[in-house]
Amino acid sequence: MSLFLFKRFITLIATLIGASVIVFLVLEILPGNAAQMLMGPDASPEAVAALATKLGLDQPAWARYWHWIGGLLTGNLGDSYAYSTPVIELILERLTLTVPLALLAMAFTTVLALLVGVTAAARHNKLGDVGLMGLTQVGIAIPNFWFAILLILVFSVQLQWFSAGGFEGWDDGVLAGLKALLLPALSLAVVQAAILARITRSAVLEVMREDFVRTARAKGVSQRAVLWTHVLRNALIPVITVMGMQFSELLAGTIVVENVFYLPGLGRLIFQAISNRDLVVVRNCVMLLAAMVVIVNFVVDVLYAVIDPRIKASDI
Amino acid sequence: MPLLEVDDLHVQLQTQRGPAEAVRGIGFTLERGETLGIVGESGCGKSITVQSLMGLLPSTAQVKGSIRFDGTELVGLSERAMCEIRGNRIGMIFQEPMTALNPVHTIARQVGEPLRLHRGMARADARKEVLALLERVGIPDAASRLDAYPHQFSGGQRQRIGIAMALACGPDLLIADEPTTALDVTIQKQILELIQGLVEERGMALILISHDLGVIAQNVSKMLVMYGGSVVESGPTAAVFAERAHPYTQGLFAARPALGAPRGQKLATIRGSVPDLIDLPSGCPFAGRCRFTIDDCHATRPPPTPMPHGHAVRCIRLGEVIAEGVLE
Amino acid sequence: MSAVPSTVPSAAAFKVPGFWRRALHHRSFVIGGVLTLLLILAAAISLVWTPWSPYEMNMAHKLKPPTAAHWLGTDTFGRDVASLLLVGARASILVGVIAVGIGLVAGTALGLLAAARRGWVEEAIMRFADFSMAFPAILSAIMMTAVFGAGIVNAIIAIGIYNIPTFARITRASANAIWSREYVAAARACGKGGFAITMQHVLPNISAVLIVQSTIRFAIAILAEAALSYLGLGTQPPQPSWGRMLSEAQTMMFQAPLLAVFPGMAIALAVLGLNLLGDGLRDLLDPRLARAR
Repeated sequence: MSLFLFKRFITLIATLIGASVIVFLVLEILPGNAAQMLMGPDASPEAVAALATKLGLDQPAWARYWHWIGGLLTGNLGDSYAYSTPVIELILERLTLTVPLALLAMAFTTVLALLVGVTAAARHNKLGDVGLMGLTQVGIAIPNFWFAILLILVFSVQLQWFSAGGFEGWDDGVLAGLKALLLPALSLAVVQAAILARITRSAVLEVMREDFVRTARAKGVSQRAVLWTHVLRNALIPVITVMGMQFSELLAGTIVVENVFYLPGLGRLIFQAISNRDLVVVRNCVMLLAAMVVIVNFVVDVLYAVIDPRIKASDI
Repeated sequence: MPLLEVDDLHVQLQTQRGPAEAVRGIGFTLERGETLGIVGESGCGKSITVQSLMGLLPSTAQVKGSIRFDGTELVGLSERAMCEIRGNRIGMIFQEPMTALNPVHTIARQVGEPLRLHRGMARADARKEVLALLERVGIPDAASRLDAYPHQFSGGQRQRIGIAMALACGPDLLIADEPTTALDVTIQKQILELIQGLVEERGMALILISHDLGVIAQNVSKMLVMYGGSVVESGPTAAVFAERAHPYTQGLFAARPALGAPRGQKLATIRGSVPDLIDLPSGCPFAGRCRFTIDDCHATRPPPTPMPHGHAVRCIRLGEVIAEGVLE
Repeated sequence: MSAVPSTVPSAAAFKVPGFWRRALHHRSFVIGGVLTLLLILAAAISLVWTPWSPYEMNMAHKLKPPTAAHWLGTDTFGRDVASLLLVGARASILVGVIAVGIGLVAGTALGLLAAARRGWVEEAIMRFADFSMAFPAILSAIMMTAVFGAGIVNAIIAIGIYNIPTFARITRASANAIWSREYVAAARACGKGGFAITMQHVLPNISAVLIVQSTIRFAIAILAEAALSYLGLGTQPPQPSWGRMLSEAQTMMFQAPLLAVFPGMAIALAVLGLNLLGDGLRDLLDPRLARAR
């Protein structure tokens, strides 16, 4: 098991390094002189040059890359062009919102998808199956920001149970914070849950065709018990694979959904930074997103080994 | 009262191309402690028959007729009542040991499952019982392997585990659906001996399905020969082996390669191929392939003709068949 | 999500008699087809007629609920919502067609190349595709439009570029299956070159997969365009766009809640229609696909 983990960890580090190179290069080829953009079209060339030097933009690419990596490892990510505050502070502050939001959304997604997927598979080809699958088709088609607006319409405007946006921070208590994140998390979750429910249903139906399901029934295990104790765990492998991929979709979704709810999270920061050409923030945020995705994939790999004892043993 | 009475059993399955009658009017009885073998080619309906005994057919299947187990009618029985019988009063072993066990559960959990389910045993007690069972079926070093997973065992061992699972609650009837077909020849003998021993030891009734006549000969006291969803010949094993009255049975026996035959001797085959169960015409299912076929054979299914020793054959030309057999 | 079939469906299925009979009985295909037709119809009609001009502002009649004169009401500037929706369909279709076109042409070319050449060419193309797909689409699209400028053209390019790796992967997988078939081996034995085989044997046989994939990516393109327009990075005013209608409607949620409902429904119905159509086509073009339905 530890050898398995070690190998996976090495892959993780290598991927992160690769990602950092790609992120750096992609942003390198963006047109526009950052210093020029910050100063505006009327600035004098000397002023622009002075700012360029100050920001270290006149250095060769590899030097800047190295400088950046060094900064990543020591926690000094430079200062934001737009806000003149250390990027690391900005990011950390935003993360206190986005990480709980993403986790909450993932939790909703998982619970909804498993319930819907397993139930549909249990009622295969009957009305319940058709109805639930129709529902998931609609779920996939709904834009998450529209669903967010609808939720606001119903729960904030009409029923006034929730506020229409904004986040006060965690100072008022965990529950208050979670309440503010509830609608955003649901909007993120609905599309992903619909996709995952379909995957779950397929996976469960596949597993139900396996011989050991027949053996379990021959022992007198009821159909329902077979589903939840024998089938589900075997069906989880494809399901968590998709969940891992969905995490990056979820993070991307925060970019739009945080805009809908005016949440000061990481997604909103990225969006604003891109609009402001705040390259330092963009570079670090994208790197952070990439890192989160890679880490989640690593966790998924570890979960495979936990779920399926054959994987642990074969030491891939 | 017989332990098991099957009367005029019909099973209709839904296939992609429409309904197919997989079992047509099967009947037999089984006393406590009796052993019955069912032999026939693939697709003749043997597995479907026993699966209908266990109620393991897909929900789209239609079962008509009567299956009385220890006085209880199984056809139409509620699923919950059926669950109480399965694994408890009737145990079943399947053909493919490599895929019959759940890969993500330990064998202690799997073998203990019927015990916990039907006997309400606590985990610790079940574990002790599982150990005893595994040792009885011949798993070496069982105590240290209780928490192992199926992939850590060989095919033969997995079949032994399957047998332990089927016997855990001491059923009255054991059904073994081609238990050795997927195993090496050397292991086959061991598994069959194990099953024999357990059946005798516990006084269980046994239904053994095989396409291998040798297996049938050595393990069961009476047998059914099935073809196209019907029983064409039935009776005590010794009688059937001696008489081989039905043309199909003769074909089966003739098709076995004989040791010591001269090189280049062609293997005997039954001419034609197994009929598609979907458009099986009325009449004898073997009609057309059988060299004794006459027009009447296609008309209706032959009724069973009784012969001595409880032997029965469904063939309207039985007289001619036997006559020719005697002359050969 | 799409799984690559283990057997490759054939577009020859279209020519099998009874295809249209089966198609018209297939629930997904029919519903999807109807919705997609409605979408196309809306855009087509808008070219010749709309109830009102979508650009005409009339502040006296702003934020009205649905009435006989304005079937779906009016927006913040008094523009007729129904007309805006009809013309907005054009933007959606335009984005869908071109973005899918870009992905289809470039992605298929890359995939065919990878399957024909194998070796390091295939490896390189597939690594590139894998890595591109690791970045969420919306992020790449936002970056590209923010940097190169907002507007429908850049949005189309950004979405189109994102389609390339998907088509490349699907094409390569299906093409590989075709390459391993016997008639291809026969063609090679006759001395046919890679290009000829690709054009004459591989491409026609994978066309069904591509058709199905195109309808699904079309739906995704519409969603992406809507998100970009919502953020202000897509179709620019005064060109009507469903996504931008939603962002404008959000500011008026308390005064005119219905404004937020209609554009979203339009998007959802269009996407739903295309998804169902794609699913239906997938089933109809290869009933041998042993998927649980």
